[in-house]
Amino acid sequence: MFDGLDAITLARLQFSFTMSFHIVFPAFSFGLASYLAVLEALWLWTGREVFINLFNYWLKIFAVAFGMGVVSGIVMSYQFGTNWSVFSDKTGPVIGPLMAYEVLTAFFLEAGFLGVMLFGLERVGHKLHFFATLMVAIGTLISAFWILSANSWMQTPAGFAMNSSGQFVAADWWKVIFNPSFPYRLVHMVLAAYLTTAFVVGGVGAWHLLRNTRLEGARVMFSMAMWMATIVAPIQILAGDQHGLNTLEHQPVKVMAMEGHFQSHPDGAPLILFGIPDQDEAKVKYSIEIPKASSLILKHSLDAPLNGLDTVPRENWPKIGLVFWSFRIMVGIGFLMLGIGLLSLFMRWRGKLYDSKLLHRYALAMGPAGFVAVLAGWVTTEAGRQPFTVYGMLRTIDSASPLDAPAVASSLIAFIVVYFIVFGMGVFYILRLMHQPPHHGEEGPRADIPARAAGITPATQVQG
Amino acid sequence: MASFDIAMLWAFIIAFAVFMYVVMDGFDLGIGMLFPLFPHKQDRDVMMNTVAPVWDGNETWLVLGGGGLMAAFPLAYAILMPAIYTPIIAMLIGLVFRGVAFEFRWRTQSERNRWDIAFAGGSLVAAMAQGIALGAILQGVAVEGRHYAGGWWDWLTPFSLLTGFAVVAGYGLLGATWLVMKTTGDLRDQAYRLSLWLLVATLVAIVAVSLATPFLQADYWRRWFAWPNILFTAPIPVAVAAITLVLLKSIADKHDYRPFVLSLVLFAITYAGLGVSMYPYIVPQSVTIWQAAAPANSLGFMIYGVAILVPVILAYTAWAYWVFRGKVHADSGGYHS
Repeated sequence: MFDGLDAITLARLQFSFTMSFHIVFPAFSFGLASYLAVLEALWLWTGREVFINLFNYWLKIFAVAFGMGVVSGIVMSYQFGTNWSVFSDKTGPVIGPLMAYEVLTAFFLEAGFLGVMLFGLERVGHKLHFFATLMVAIGTLISAFWILSANSWMQTPAGFAMNSSGQFVAADWWKVIFNPSFPYRLVHMVLAAYLTTAFVVGGVGAWHLLRNTRLEGARVMFSMAMWMATIVAPIQILAGDQHGLNTLEHQPVKVMAMEGHFQSHPDGAPLILFGIPDQDEAKVKYSIEIPKASSLILKHSLDAPLNGLDTVPRENWPKIGLVFWSFRIMVGIGFLMLGIGLLSLFMRWRGKLYDSKLLHRYALAMGPAGFVAVLAGWVTTEAGRQPFTVYGMLRTIDSASPLDAPAVASSLIAFIVVYFIVFGMGVFYILRLMHQPPHHGEEGPRADIPARAAGITPATQVQG
Repeated sequence: MASFDIAMLWAFIIAFAVFMYVVMDGFDLGIGMLFPLFPHKQDRDVMMNTVAPVWDGNETWLVLGGGGLMAAFPLAYAILMPAIYTPIIAMLIGLVFRGVAFEFRWRTQSERNRWDIAFAGGSLVAAMAQGIALGAILQGVAVEGRHYAGGWWDWLTPFSLLTGFAVVAGYGLLGATWLVMKTTGDLRDQAYRLSLWLLVATLVAIVAVSLATPFLQADYWRRWFAWPNILFTAPIPVAVAAITLVLLKSIADKHDYRPFVLSLVLFAITYAGLGVSMYPYIVPQSVTIWQAAAPANSLGFMIYGVAILVPVILAYTAWAYWVFRGKVHADSGGYHS
């Protein structure tokens, strides 16, 4: 199946495959954990039944998604050693501790309180249960903090020195953790996860509103999701712009690839909307351009000079087409999200939020858009980092394990087969849960098979 | 010398994380492997529900073990992972099937049995792979410079298969005694019977591995049997024998939680025995703890986190277990009373 590919190419395919599957689940469960905390807080505050119904409705979906995130995440934590052992040896002293802190501060917190969150509402009482939900949500946030710090350090390494064994070692932990691209990446990714979840919630709400505009649960979730789109989508575009400016400062080659700027433009670079980048010929074919607009966006001046890839040795180029296209997909979806945010605001103002079939169909179509945008953005930033694992410091080709190609090919095939079966079924179960409308007296996960132990004081006596 | 001390401390921390994983996910995986011996759906529901609220936390210790190894002993992580490549990949895939089965099983009626197979098969593969990985590490791996220098089937030897069976039997024992503690009725009686057989199997495996280990490397022989080491090593097999007798009696007397606790003790003793064989190496016979250790400032940076957070983690993990304490029944009422 993968004849003729070398071990490094196979290892890269394997990492991008397992990572692409993995990132979808935490991005979703991250946003969903916060949404669940909000729903439970609203329920405790207002006492309205619709909120606990929605909480239990989404909790079932959360349980399935979280499980898939956990198992695909364990795979990731071992991928570094199995396929990228040289990278692990060299960078372990710097990014290893960041990941160890992720486990200690985030994974245990999530896992420790997950059981209570999923199955414990009647055992521990409402307040303690809400505390457990909060801990899971906070755990996902802390997790994002550390893993994005580690990832950002690979993009914009800082605060390090080299030791005699050729390892990166920390010279200043503060500079390692808060490396130059980290704050921007963190904000951009957190907002992306929230938007992703909001659009899933909005899509599910729209699906049920298209069948029954009077359904209270569907109305509430749709309205909440549309508020998120209205408020967060513009903020995200702004955050993305700032992230891009930060990238221009620290990883200009990545921005050249995103923009398709093969040539330098001493007096104003055009914004290439579309075109087909040709890496060999070093030009964008059939391009549609807006003159000087790229300089305006990146330098806030029409005539500002921008260097192109002609200033960079070819062996330091990433795959231009991949970065160019994934960037456009992400940005395009961002603007479609902005569009639905504005349209829903208009419909809300006209009092047609729950009746506009156009809006509901638009929201339904945009249900999975966040996932596509997250993946596209991830490809943009990771493929744009190539051909380095630690940007400018350690080449990908010098990072891989000393493995034979058949070993990597076999494990890649195994992962592909298993992931498509397992996560395919998981997505099917999630869609089936979403297909059911939220209803009165909604039950949490595993309500059909109770796990209550004998001799337990009913929670209601412990806490009112 | 300060870094020497902290490297040793970190070796204990990683060993602690791996031990926590082994015993905690050990009983989860054991329950999975015992699934085929309990054909009734109701029994399986109960078995799964005894661990459903805690399995995720149990598995997190594996991430701490792996991630901690990369952070504290990056060289060991970089050499060992390619050396046990195939068992690790098999373990990960086993854990994928086992992990998703916890939720998927309840999301479908028609295919539930299929996820039962995934749960049992995934547990078995993961346990076997962990045991094989242990044997592959103990028997030593080819190292050149800072790299693994062997092939991707080097791990496969009679010894590694033996350790694979040993871990399967041991996890089975943990699972069976956990069920004794957490269930009632026929299910519990069956768990008692299985505990007995699995204890015998575990003991046979421990003896076989113990006899085989000193012949792997001359160093292991000296370590265990040379004077005066034998003064310190001799109590280990004696303790194993003593615990086994008490454990047998607790099963015969139908004690409730004692068989599980004693099984944990049995694991702790054999684990200490492994430590005796390994020390001071982290990649046996090639790389010592100090050679593999990350620079002192990496180890020092993390030690604060461990010192503060591990007690907190243990506290809320204990709380989660406390919340779901007691026996699990099939018919003890729903969540909504």
